[in-house]
Amino acid sequence: MDLREFSIKSLREELAAGRLKASDVCRTALERMQQLADLNAVLTVMSDSALARADELDLAAQRGDSLPPLAGTMLAVKDVIVIEGTRATGGSRILYNYIPPYTATAVKKLEAAGAIVVGKTNCDEFAMGSSTENSAYGTVKNPWDTARVPGGSSGGSAVVVSAGMTTASLGSDTGGSIRQPAGFCGVVGLKPTYGRVSRYGLMSYGSSLDHIGPFANRVEDAAEILKAIAGHDPCDSTSSRVPVPDYVALLQEELRGLKVGVPREYFGEGLDPEVKTRVEAAINKFEELGAGIIDISLPHTEYAVPVYYLIATAEASSNLARYDGVRYGFRAETGSSLREMYCRTRDEGFGAEVKRRIMLGTYALSAGYYDQYYGKAQKVRSLIDKDFREAFSLCDIIATPVAPTTAFEIGELIDDPLKMYLQDIYTVTVNLAGVPAIVLPCGASTAGLPIGIQLIGPHFEEARLLTAAHNLERVIGFNQRPSAIGKVS
Amino acid sequence: MREKYEVVIGLEVHAQLKTASKIFCSCSTAFGAEPNSHTCPVCLGLPGALPVLNGTAIEMAARAALALNLRINHESIFSRKNYFYPDLPKGYQISQYDRPFSEHGWVEIPTAERNDAGHAKEWRLKKFGITRLHIEEDAGKSLHEGLRESSSKSYVDLNRSGVPLAEIVSEPDFRSSWEAYDYIQYLRRTLLYVDVCDGNMEEGNLRCDANVSIRTRGSERFGTKVELKNLNSFRFVQKALEYEIDRQIAVVEAGDRVVQETRLWNEREARTYSMRSKEEAHDYRYFPEPDLPPIVVAVDQVARVREALPELPEPRRRRFVEEYGLAFDDAAQLVDNRATADFFEETARDSGNPKAAANWILNELARELKSSGTEITESPLKSDNLSEMIRMIDSGAISGKMAKEVLTEMCRSGAPAAEIVKGMGGGQVSDESQIREIAARVVESNPKQLDEYRAGRTALLGFFVGQVIKQSGGRANPRIVNEVVKEILER
Ligand SMILES: [Zn+2]
Repeated sequence: MDLREFSIKSLREELAAGRLKASDVCRTALERMQQLADLNAVLTVMSDSALARADELDLAAQRGDSLPPLAGTMLAVKDVIVIEGTRATGGSRILYNYIPPYTATAVKKLEAAGAIVVGKTNCDEFAMGSSTENSAYGTVKNPWDTARVPGGSSGGSAVVVSAGMTTASLGSDTGGSIRQPAGFCGVVGLKPTYGRVSRYGLMSYGSSLDHIGPFANRVEDAAEILKAIAGHDPCDSTSSRVPVPDYVALLQEELRGLKVGVPREYFGEGLDPEVKTRVEAAINKFEELGAGIIDISLPHTEYAVPVYYLIATAEASSNLARYDGVRYGFRAETGSSLREMYCRTRDEGFGAEVKRRIMLGTYALSAGYYDQYYGKAQKVRSLIDKDFREAFSLCDIIATPVAPTTAFEIGELIDDPLKMYLQDIYTVTVNLAGVPAIVLPCGASTAGLPIGIQLIGPHFEEARLLTAAHNLERVIGFNQRPSAIGKVS
Repeated sequence: MREKYEVVIGLEVHAQLKTASKIFCSCSTAFGAEPNSHTCPVCLGLPGALPVLNGTAIEMAARAALALNLRINHESIFSRKNYFYPDLPKGYQISQYDRPFSEHGWVEIPTAERNDAGHAKEWRLKKFGITRLHIEEDAGKSLHEGLRESSSKSYVDLNRSGVPLAEIVSEPDFRSSWEAYDYIQYLRRTLLYVDVCDGNMEEGNLRCDANVSIRTRGSERFGTKVELKNLNSFRFVQKALEYEIDRQIAVVEAGDRVVQETRLWNEREARTYSMRSKEEAHDYRYFPEPDLPPIVVAVDQVARVREALPELPEPRRRRFVEEYGLAFDDAAQLVDNRATADFFEETARDSGNPKAAANWILNELARELKSSGTEITESPLKSDNLSEMIRMIDSGAISGKMAKEVLTEMCRSGAPAAEIVKGMGGGQVSDESQIREIAARVVESNPKQLDEYRAGRTALLGFFVGQVIKQSGGRANPRIVNEVVKEILER
């Protein structure tokens, strides 16, 4: 059984008809995770709880009970999202032994909708990175070419879906951490509008930029997951009360008359020519669907990366202060002062990239520098937001590349943080504006690596995005599978 | 020496708002629970937990702000104050910084210097500016003593973590320690009046820090300020300020300069100690809290809160003086506690004798309550009982002396005055013939004293009066006894 062949809808139907058992689907997922352990995508396998829940579902199906919408969906969750009783490291040594006493709202909603969580996925430490090389638990490998990175920071969550270990997964996206790995691994990744999905239970990195969103093998499945996790949460004051539409039902709408904006700033210098060609070809497919294509401009794009790295790191420097060795997690062995305990715990507990960002953010907020850095970054952020508002007065969605290149080699950029940060150039603007965006595969490079296209919509227009992506997916017809890993038996 | 210098003091008061649950989670705020039992992912600062604002805290802050004549900002924001300490679970405190809840307030209150015995010299009214009142969360508590392994470890109790506080920052308007003392007392009284804080400094729900500097009289420039912390009672505030003023004057007089620093008051040694210098001061790296939307208070909300405010202590004191003709001190004492002031007003109205009401409440009743350790609201004695008693005195039905006994009994049983008087064998005897009869008997049986009186020892009048009242079972009207006895003795 290849999990990638089964949509969420088909799993539900097969289960209801008695042609498939949840426990068999679950075993398939667990076996596949074990078989592909070398990819290092999964940090914690949750066999016992997953099988127990699968048995419950099977019993319910036998009794003829109506099954919940995500019955049969095998789910993996990025390790920066907490589940009660299951270790959550956030990819960091500093939480190597941390067992959370509560469950994130998004996971609770998915479980309530019948999904079964089978594992926690590897990621860059506290979601800081674009390659999943910054995990304290080792680098994740790209199933299309195991010498390459899967992207990051949600690399593990992209890989489990791409390699058929789970039906879908949850990731988090602060500057592109769902979309860039989705692009690198040839799967669908969705970053919803800021406030659309509760952040409660997501370890904060940059609170004003953090999002939870799904990975899936098809747009339709991403719509199913979003439908389950979207909505207001009384535990997250930044979650929105805007009503949640039926994303799945709306997928069948047509695109006739849709105006697709193509921002010229996203196709300039630094973009790999092969990526450019593929993305442009995919955009032209919109015309087949009856949509119109227009040129637009997002003039403040060039400031997005520095603005992002000021705001995200400033917030991170504060968000990560709680990892101090006092109440939970790693504490350095030290006998002397409180100060020494703090310093050594954080020095030994955090990896290099996290320390780099904490220092950057601390500096940006320091007395005398605040206005110059954080204050100014916030001003430019509002200009970027304005760019999008103006663009969306001219077009309905925006189409862009996801990343300047296809998946790069492990170790290729790790010593060049600035070049690594430029990986986020097409994704961070979206987080700064808080608008939703979806990534889907639009082809492969001559080297056989997937290339993704990003579609961006106005605030709370996920339905429009999903419909456009669903239609585009159909006409593109991308159906390649990762080649570097074992075939499914 | 003092005359040469002018003292400049500003105060920062932290008042715990008496909400049932914490400011950003639903944990209880009850005092004295098992350590760390009132905690949850939010107030423990667990990874992924997020704050959700408790609306009652905002309402209470609004009541406090309006009572202090502060202007409530239509929109204010929370900010993070970043520093490391074991009792601060998130590594930052959610507070307010550049856009606080309310600003530009003031109070105009009675203040007086005190003599060595602690008595007020001369009360006068003075206006003090209040810069701002903002909302923030409390930290937990570090416990360094009294626990197993305290010699090698420190413990942290996070029950207090996330308890709502209002921080009330004054202008540097105080020119003496007693002005500061009177202000804090007034602040406490006001917060109690509007029912937002328990006002108990010893339990820590009212805390005070002070900024103190001195300058030569007439100088426009402020001197270097020193921050004083750990002022955990009203008396400490005043004593610590006195100590610090003397210390700064001594430094300047010795030709040195006051150093900008934070000093800690040590009550046992009655002195301040340097805690950290300016160089060691924290850079709190304030920035807007991204997890919480702005606090928006609508104009009609402000109006509603203002409408529901009770009469505040100082306006009430002035009214007591004007409306009831009370002395300044009496009025001030009565308004000190809202329940006492309410009790007074009811008694004043029902008895028709405000001055008597004030006297009885401030003297005899206060003594009774003190000796039984009860609050006025808990006493079986109700204001209508006291009113009835005052009316009986005024009509001559009982004497003042009897009334004291009646009051004691009313405080014990809560029975009506008339009933108690009856139980004591009836009211006051004002019947002259009855008194004359007793008086004649008393004079007759004390011939020696009679001779002495007639020989000029007129002070013995008191002896005869006392005997007559005693013989009457304490019920004879003293005024009539006095007249009758005098008449018989001088016959
Ligand atoms: Zn709590």
